[in-house]
Amino acid sequence: MHALYDRLKALFPVGEFTEQRSNLAFVTLPGAYLRPALLHLRDREGFTHLVLLTAVDWIEQGQFQLTYLLSNRAENRDIGLRVMLPRLGTVMASIHDLWPTAATYQRELREMFGIDFPDSPGVYEEFILEGWNDIPPYRRDFDTLQYAQDSYAQRPGRETRDPESHMKQQLYPGKG
Amino acid sequence: MKRDPMHFIKPELMPRKVKGPDGVEFEVEPLRDYFCDAPPTVQHGAYLKIVEDFFNWARAQSLWILGFGTGCGAIEMRPLMTPRFDAYRYGIQWRPTARQANLLVISGYLSTKTLKRAIRAYEQMQNPKYVVGLGSCTINGGMYWDSYNTIKCLDQYLPVDLYITGCMPRPEALLQGFEDLKKLIRAGQAEGANRYAENFTWYKANQKQVIHDWDMPDYNW
Ligand code: SF4
Repeated sequence: MHALYDRLKALFPVGEFTEQRSNLAFVTLPGAYLRPALLHLRDREGFTHLVLLTAVDWIEQGQFQLTYLLSNRAENRDIGLRVMLPRLGTVMASIHDLWPTAATYQRELREMFGIDFPDSPGVYEEFILEGWNDIPPYRRDFDTLQYAQDSYAQRPGRETRDPESHMKQQLYPGKG
Repeated sequence: MKRDPMHFIKPELMPRKVKGPDGVEFEVEPLRDYFCDAPPTVQHGAYLKIVEDFFNWARAQSLWILGFGTGCGAIEMRPLMTPRFDAYRYGIQWRPTARQANLLVISGYLSTKTLKRAIRAYEQMQNPKYVVGLGSCTINGGMYWDSYNTIKCLDQYLPVDLYITGCMPRPEALLQGFEDLKKLIRAGQAEGANRYAENFTWYKANQKQVIHDWDMPDYNW
């Protein structure tokens, strides 16, 4: 993977390189170079398959991380491209014309994280949620417990027990 | 992020002009024309107790489950309806349509999106009909207690006749639960459908509180 990294470095201002396994590595690069880098990897390096497109909410740094994971099936290796974006008003260029499946990922990211991909087909349609009326639920500033308590009727009397000590108490009452 | 309720009306439900095959144009208002909005009514028992008891005995012998799986528990229905556990020997069968079923098994967690479909399925079933809630998730949220999109207490939204505990309940537990349901029916205590009719506004208010994109009539049988 290092040879690949050197080739990428010669072409794009790529940042940090993490080699997870001999056939899996991640590189960070600025959003503006994502598209040429994806095209290069797809057309010149044989990474023809978009495995997934996902996001991580780094709320402490005020950033979203997008990860584009590509696979080269012939050589059995994967590379992930990471792009860091500001968390506020996040907009990213769509890549649905490179891989049509990306449109589905982008639609999900728009709904669950609020990351906008203008021009991506159907990106403003509801994907999984119906009638959602709060901030996107995968953002880390969304308080899921609070939302659940406010929105849904609860049955009183629910308690949580530690399974280990509870079973000890049940099976061997009175012993330690 | 609040949106106006009309936003949720799907295009196919909007009132509009359509052209028939004979070329004649006419107006349709799907929510009014395609559904019946009349609320359910309470069904009273037979005039003689012995007759009602006989009816209940017959009802208990004839449980037809709607093949509708919601959570993890749906996976336990497969061994139950195949030779391994073979529920058919107890006179319990599955049907593919709500019109031919009288038992709705909510087999686990219900997201609000599925709840909407479950309500429709339940309302399309004919009386007498029963609801069984399966597993912790239907009782108090189970391991989805802090989830943003699952309901925590099924009996707020549908009239549950019986809960079967477990996470997930094994097929044996279901068989035992169905036997208990039969006892309830024979004793004339499985009155969920009548409870639903009596407290219809309460159920509807609860349902609409969690289903934000309500785009169907209030009662859609
Ligand atoms: S009770 Fe357990 S098995 Fe059933 S739906 Fe909930 S988590 Fe799944």
